[in-house]
Amino acid sequence: MAQLREGLAKSRKALQQQFASVLFDRFDEDLWERIEEALIYADVGVDSTVSIVEALEEQANAGAIKDSAELLAKLREVTANHFCKADTRIDIAHRPAVILMVGVNGTGKTTTIGKIAWHLKELGKEPILIAGDTFRAAAIEQLVEWGRRVGCEVVRHERGGDPGAVVYDGLAAAEARGADVAIIDTAGRLHTQVNLMKELEKVRRVIEKRIPGAPHESLLCIDATTGQNGLIQARMFKEAVELTGVVITKMDGTAKGGIALAVSHELDLPIKLIGTGERLESLQPFDAVGFAAMLFDESLGRR
Amino acid sequence: MVFDSLSDKLQVAFDGLRRQGKLTDKDVERAAREIRLALLEADVNFKVVKEFVEKVKTRALGSEVLESLTPAQQFIKIVNEELTSLMGSASTKLTFSPRPPTVIMMVGLQGSGKTTACGKLANFLLAQGKSPALVAGDVYRPAAIEQLKTLGGQLGVPVYDEGDQADPVDIAKHGVSWAQDKGRDVLIIDTAGRLHIDEKLMEELVRIRQTVKPHNILLVLDAMTGQDAVNVALQFQERVRFDGVILTKMDGDARGGAALSVRAVTGKPVKFASAGEKLDSFEYFHPDRVASRILGMGDVLSLIEKAERTIDEKKAREMEQRLRKATFTFDDFLDQIQQVRKMGSISSLLGMIPGIPSAKLKGLQVDDKAFDKIQAMISSMTPEERRHPDIINGSRRRRIAAGSGTDIHALNQLLTQFKQVQKMMRQLGSGRVPKNPFQMFGNPS
Repeated sequence: MAQLREGLAKSRKALQQQFASVLFDRFDEDLWERIEEALIYADVGVDSTVSIVEALEEQANAGAIKDSAELLAKLREVTANHFCKADTRIDIAHRPAVILMVGVNGTGKTTTIGKIAWHLKELGKEPILIAGDTFRAAAIEQLVEWGRRVGCEVVRHERGGDPGAVVYDGLAAAEARGADVAIIDTAGRLHTQVNLMKELEKVRRVIEKRIPGAPHESLLCIDATTGQNGLIQARMFKEAVELTGVVITKMDGTAKGGIALAVSHELDLPIKLIGTGERLESLQPFDAVGFAAMLFDESLGRR
Repeated sequence: MVFDSLSDKLQVAFDGLRRQGKLTDKDVERAAREIRLALLEADVNFKVVKEFVEKVKTRALGSEVLESLTPAQQFIKIVNEELTSLMGSASTKLTFSPRPPTVIMMVGLQGSGKTTACGKLANFLLAQGKSPALVAGDVYRPAAIEQLKTLGGQLGVPVYDEGDQADPVDIAKHGVSWAQDKGRDVLIIDTAGRLHIDEKLMEELVRIRQTVKPHNILLVLDAMTGQDAVNVALQFQERVRFDGVILTKMDGDARGGAALSVRAVTGKPVKFASAGEKLDSFEYFHPDRVASRILGMGDVLSLIEKAERTIDEKKAREMEQRLRKATFTFDDFLDQIQQVRKMGSISSLLGMIPGIPSAKLKGLQVDDKAFDKIQAMISSMTPEERRHPDIINGSRRRRIAAGSGTDIHALNQLLTQFKQVQKMMRQLGSGRVPKNPFQMFGNPS
């Protein structure tokens, strides 16, 4: 968390200067267009951008914004308010608490699972990992490697096996060992692959049947570089497994991850975690105000 | 989504404007707004969008509307031409070295699909008669080497690796001489996925490039990438100087606007498109397909072009003669079905018709097999029966049904439909045009 704050403080300062000197010296059509562009550039998408700008314009017209500093504050506030208000914490108040990770290929599901497990260990909890990605070459080995680094058990079957079966066995193992949290990896799949989405629904049913009330968290991994397709992805996964939240990964790059806002706002899903790098500890809680501020740093200066 | 189909929106934007001959200022402005939104929704970088829209506007202003097109179609034509020319005017071919092995180096962000693309490219080269080999240069991601070896095993392509403790620069260097010894003519080097701002790893790529001097460097880019694609491409361009792009995950429903952004800012062509989990879903990039995909609309113009190419003019004149005489026979019917089918599947043709909202098409399952049945039934008729369907009695019906492997019920349906078509054709001959042109082909279901 400290890492994020430090970074944010820096960008905030730079941001204020930019806003004040370069951008918000005039209140005209151009200004609104520039705000729009900043949001579009951050991958917030046309719908959410229009919604934010309209809310801001309303306040400006009502006389609530007098100068550029106020406008900056309002822009951040309005943007932060566009995120879904639901609890952004991960529910681990069960034993075992079951977390299901889903997402399209290459978004960082397996890596995120490694990081969550590491953080749970730090909290003194005992996680168990379940290798539900039986499809991708070496996906099981990758999870086993994370298990080794973190120091926790990984339940696995052979590659090409039935994901439902390994999930069932994994949950049985979690109960037998008295693990605190069971984290289930699944194969990356495009939301357009009907059969694979059906398979995911089945995995969810297996979990529900084995442990009533589970999964307690169904998290969708979205890569921060994802554009507007992220919205469609989230909609389809939400339908298939009743998502409880979203993890935005690879936030350590130059992508703004504005798709998080579109997904959260338009599908009413809380963003729960932010992945920021390759290291085990590079996982942070989500903070709407900080994220909103980050969306605008330097991108405005780059136009 | 803001809109389902750009083509619908443009129809609305040009509503009330009925072939006035020229596109006016106001029309162009409204249409340009729709194009701008469409491109932004497709994740084309906003700066690229701005420039592109300006260009289209300049060309569209005052341009003559072709007689056969509506103003909306005219505008789409201009947009489409600009888009295709921007994306398509460079070669997609790989450079092959006269002295093998030809070295291809793959670079890109984590999760873009590099390792899978390595396997697919190897498979693609195998199909071209090459003998490729792979080098496992990703020593960082857990099990990346395993993944490449598994792919190599599936394809029967050898994989060179030195485990995950060696230096990727050495691995690449040794890999080249290994491939020479083994007599492999193309060598594909997998590298670790990295963020374009990761100095250390970018430096490593530069060293690999300097050491093995690859003949092709390909940037692997996820089709779902958003606005950041420009930063990624520029950084890789500046540091590693790639030659072309492989656009991955094209089997999803992302519009792939990143392809346009990358082309616009780096000038590098997209060479390959990769779709799906199977190793053979990999092909040369078709700019026209992606152009229409980015716009999120059926390609109106290619329908027009296809129709022009396919329907033979002489046949059309003969048909007209028959129409005038209202002697439309089963032979003509069969001929028409075949002409139409030459253009592609019926469902894909429907997608190209402007004015049919894509939402309506979604629920509509056109079964192309139904046309097979109709063709079979007509083929089972004697020439006499085809010319005079009225003579088809009970025993003829049984024979035709048995001969075509269908049943009497289906044949009866066809005969009823044919009578309707004949009636419609007579109306057509007398100058009354039916509203729905697709009634011409009967209702196959």
